[in-house]
This record gives sequence, C-alpha cells and structure tokens, in this order.
Amino acid sequence: MRFITFIVRRVVHSIFVLLGLSIVIFVISRIMPGNPARMAVGPRAPQYVIDELSRQMHLDEPLHVQYYYWLRDALHGDLGMSLVTRRPVADDMKEFFPATLELTLFAGFIMAGGGIFIGILSARHKDKWIDNLLRIISYLGVVTPSFIFAIFFLLLFGMALNWMPTMGRLSPGVSPPPTITGLITVDSLLSGNLTAFFDALWHLILPGIALAMGGLAQESRITRSTMSDNLTKDYIASARSLGIPEGVIMRKFLLKPSLIPTISILGLDFAGTMANAFLVEVIFNWPGSSRYGINTMLRKDLNAIAGVVLTMGVVFIVVNIVVDIVVGLLDPRIRLAPQRGE
Amino acid sequence: MTVQAKSLALPKSKMIENLGRNWYKFSRNPMSIVGLCTVLLVVFLAVFAPLVAPYPKHAGKFVDFANASLPPCRRYLFGTDVIGRDILSRIFFGFRFSLTMGVVVLSLVVPPGVTLGLIAGYSQGTWIETVIMRITDIFLAVPPLVLALAICSVLTPNLFNAMIAVSLMWWPWYTRLVYGLASTLRNEFFVNSAEALGASKFHIIFKEILPNCISPIFTKMSLDMAWVILLGASLSFVGLGVQPPKPGLGTMVSGGRNYLPEQWWISVFPALAIVVVVLGFNLLGDGLRDMLAAEEV
Repeated sequence: MRFITFIVRRVVHSIFVLLGLSIVIFVISRIMPGNPARMAVGPRAPQYVIDELSRQMHLDEPLHVQYYYWLRDALHGDLGMSLVTRRPVADDMKEFFPATLELTLFAGFIMAGGGIFIGILSARHKDKWIDNLLRIISYLGVVTPSFIFAIFFLLLFGMALNWMPTMGRLSPGVSPPPTITGLITVDSLLSGNLTAFFDALWHLILPGIALAMGGLAQESRITRSTMSDNLTKDYIASARSLGIPEGVIMRKFLLKPSLIPTISILGLDFAGTMANAFLVEVIFNWPGSSRYGINTMLRKDLNAIAGVVLTMGVVFIVVNIVVDIVVGLLDPRIRLAPQRGE
Repeated sequence: MTVQAKSLALPKSKMIENLGRNWYKFSRNPMSIVGLCTVLLVVFLAVFAPLVAPYPKHAGKFVDFANASLPPCRRYLFGTDVIGRDILSRIFFGFRFSLTMGVVVLSLVVPPGVTLGLIAGYSQGTWIETVIMRITDIFLAVPPLVLALAICSVLTPNLFNAMIAVSLMWWPWYTRLVYGLASTLRNEFFVNSAEALGASKFHIIFKEILPNCISPIFTKMSLDMAWVILLGASLSFVGLGVQPPKPGLGTMVSGGRNYLPEQWWISVFPALAIVVVVLGFNLLGDGLRDMLAAEEV
C-alpha cells in the first residue's frame, strides 16, 4: 500500500508545481508594458471600446483578482483568444499540438530504444574499438544541438542525397486520415490507411532522429556506465560461478537494475526534446505547436504564449509522474524508502 | 571520503603543491587538453576579433554584391553570404556575443542560485527549505528554452534581454546542486562544532559550508558555459536573440537557412562554430570534474 501513498504524494506535489507555474506564466504575460485590451482591438479603436473590453478582461481589477479569473478560465479550457490567428488559443493548441506530440513521442522512442541498445552494446564490448567509436559518437551527440543536427540531416539526406522528404507531415498527394487522435501515424493505422501510415512515418524519421540525437547519446552513456558498474558486482560474479549462461545473466539480472537511471534521465530529456522541437519544427516546416509558438512569440501574442508554455508544462509534469511510477515499479528501494519529511 | 579533505581551505604553500598535482590529473586525459586549447583559442579569437579577422568591417552593416555568395576559396576561407560578407570574420565576432552571453548569464545566476541553495540546505526541515525548493521545482518544471523564449518574446528581442531571460531560467540549477551539497555538509562535524562554538549562521553558511561546495560549482559553471551559449544560439536562431546585422552564431545559421542547399556554407560554418565552442567547454568541464573529483555535477 505504500506505493499508492508514493503516487498520491507525487501527484499532489505536481499540482502545486503546476499552480506555481501558472503564476509564473501569468506574471510573464502581464509584465509586458501596454494595455492588452488595446493590443487586442488594434490602435485605432475608440476609447470606450477599450474601456469596455478592459472591464470584460478584468483588467481594471487588482492583479491577484486577474489571476483568479485567468486561472478559472484556464481550468475550463479557455485560454483566451490568439491575436495572430484570431481564434481561441485552446482550438489552436488542439490543432497544432498533436503534431508536436507525435514528433516528440517518436523521438522519445528512438531515444529510449536506441540509447539502451547502444549502451548495452558499449557495455558488452567495453574498451574495444566499437565501444570507443560509440563513445565518441555519443559525445558529439551530446554537444551538438538538435537544430544543427536538423540542418545537417536536411542538407545531407534531404537535399544532397534526396532520400527523405524535408517538409511537413505528409507528401502532397497523400490524403490525410480522418482526425481521431491527431497523430497521423496512429489515425492512419486506426482507419486502415497504410499508404498514409508509411508516408507519415517516412516524414517523421529525419526530424525525429535529429530531435532524438542528444537524448540518445545521453541514454547510451548512462546505460553503458551503470551496466559496466553492475557487471563488476558480487551478485553477477556469483551468478556466473553458478554456471548461469551469460545471456540469461544479461537479461534477467543485469538489465533491470541497469535501466533505472536511464529511465529517470529519459523523463528529464523529454523536456529538452520538447523544447528542441521548437527549433527542429522550424527547419522541417513541421506544422506543430512549436512553430505556432514561435510565430505568436515573435508577434507578442500573450494568450497564445501562455497557452503554449502551460501545455508544455502540463505534458512535462505528466511525463515525469509516469516516469517516477515506472521507476518506482522497477526499483523497490525508491517506492519503499522513507520520503523526505517523514 | 570526507568532504573536508578537498583543497581551498589549505595554506598557500599547500595550494601551489596541489596546483601541480591537479594539473597532472587534468592533463592525463588528452581530451581535457583539447578542450582547454579550444576554449583558449575561442577566447583569443573573440577578444582580438578586430585584429585577427580578415575583414573586420564585415561584422556589421556591410554590402559587397560583387563578392556575394562566393563558395569557400582562398580569399574567403568560409565563403561569403548573400550580401558579400566574409563568413569567417563574422564567426570571430559571433564568438564575442556567445562568450558575453555565457559570462554575463553565469555571473548573474551563480551568486543568487548558490546563496539560495546554501540557505535551503542549511535550513533543512524548516519552512524556508520548503519555500525555496518548491519555487525551484516550478522553474525546473518547464524546459528552460521554452520559458526563456516566452520571456524574450514579451521583451524587445535583443542580446541584453536574451541574457535576462536565460538568467531568470538558470538559477534553479545552482540552487538544486548546492542544496544537495549543503544539506549533507550541514550535518558534518565541523559544522556542528562551529555551531557549538556559537558561530553565526552567516559564518557557518559562507565560511564553513560554501568553501566545500566550490569545486562542484566551478565544474558546473564550465559545463554551463556550453549550455548557456547553446541556449543563446537557439534564441538567436528563432529571432529572439542577437539581431541582424550583428553576427550572432545562431542568427547566422538561421539567416543562411533559406539558401540551402546551394549556398550551404552560409549556415554550415556558423553551425560548426557553435559545435566547436560547445564541445570545447564540455571537454574542459569534464576535465575539471575529474580533476576536482566533483562527481555531483
């Protein structure tokens, strides 16, 4: 039953973090000089219109009251109107966010799968040439920002070799599947449209890998170091002395404890991935929330900015709760350890 | 190993002896030396950019359509951009913006971040710890790039505001690092004895605990130079950092994006320059970490 307490505690903590985040976002969207009501209606609107709108937007009330109204609306899914698209921000997010989510999730899978695979490969061939090569590549992966990977990939595979598509989520001729989840790969599978599925997957590969490179390198380094640490532990030596085959030792005894740090870091890296999607989406003309975010940021569209940051915060916090639960399931020391303040 | 054993609180003669030993530890890994040399080279190029750049005038508003969009050649090693400016010279000047960004942000961020971490770690179990660490959690709950973008966007986009935005996002990392260190150090004997002798809180926090946190802080700063420069380049890339015609590295990459793939050198060389700077500071930071045995970072 302690595990339930652990999860509840984790969720309650996250709610407080989210509340705090909403305050930070609210303050950011209000430090801007100038009247938001005037910005909403344009410079030539008469004064009485602005006064009326100010009253409607509760701008004549003190700041904490404004925050109360803002939070109440946000909790009802009303993030205000975007000045750029002239539509509710919530609708914009519904349209653009799935594309970002699809790209980041895809990158997340590459990060987890590829990183763990390379890490295991490195650990098994420790200090051989393949390990050294993989370590150098990992280092380059960690220090190279994803938008630079994106440009190199675009240039090499997209333009010079002309192997891969360089723009958008689907080829022009392919008709998109009906929107169910908003993730084109999932939607096309659900509606049985395999052409669209493979086309969408094909479009995901370059931006996905560019986005995943940093995390991939990080995961593989961590998997390598924890695995090679664990390889020298006594319980592995005793398992070997009992004559248990190496493959079984790897799979049954070594993998689970070695993956715990990797999974914890994966949650943190996911945040970086979402942020980097901001830049990668620009390069690959990906119609996601990041591109929407940047467009609105460049035009000081406060409601939209707040909506984008809040959505990212929520997703990040949810992902980290999931990661904590997975880690807790894998590692009894964490879920059974006395929590701070007990 | 107890934490007191780490250097810094030692007399001068011992420190010089330590310096030699530390240099030995640092230089044993050739990659650390590569990192150090890269960083020194970048700093040199940035400081003396007006003297070493082949075409110092090309750093700003300069137009030479006769030599526009030239591929790399002997006269222009990295080629020229669409209005005829030498990319190599602009990269040297771009280093200036990157290093300024790193130095200014870290000097704005480290003192408050460290102080808050020390206070939170020392006040373990009290409401002060809770308040500071929960606020830290909030700032760590969103990727720094996203919040920095948001702050940048409500201010006027330029280098100064980009530095402010990144600074507002970066202090929690130091608070968390130092908090972890301070909350263990807090229960060490030397802190207890200082308390027993009636030392003030100020003395304990800054004279007893802080000196033992210096190595990890120092290591993190050298690694963070890389990440802050990267964040600055990213902000410039989306148009919220260094503004054209000033030669920010990210600004240059973004400016050349529209001329891919024919005029690849306009984007690719500034992009490689970013990688070189980030790589240099990372290798240097890793070397320092090994030298100072600061595994916490």
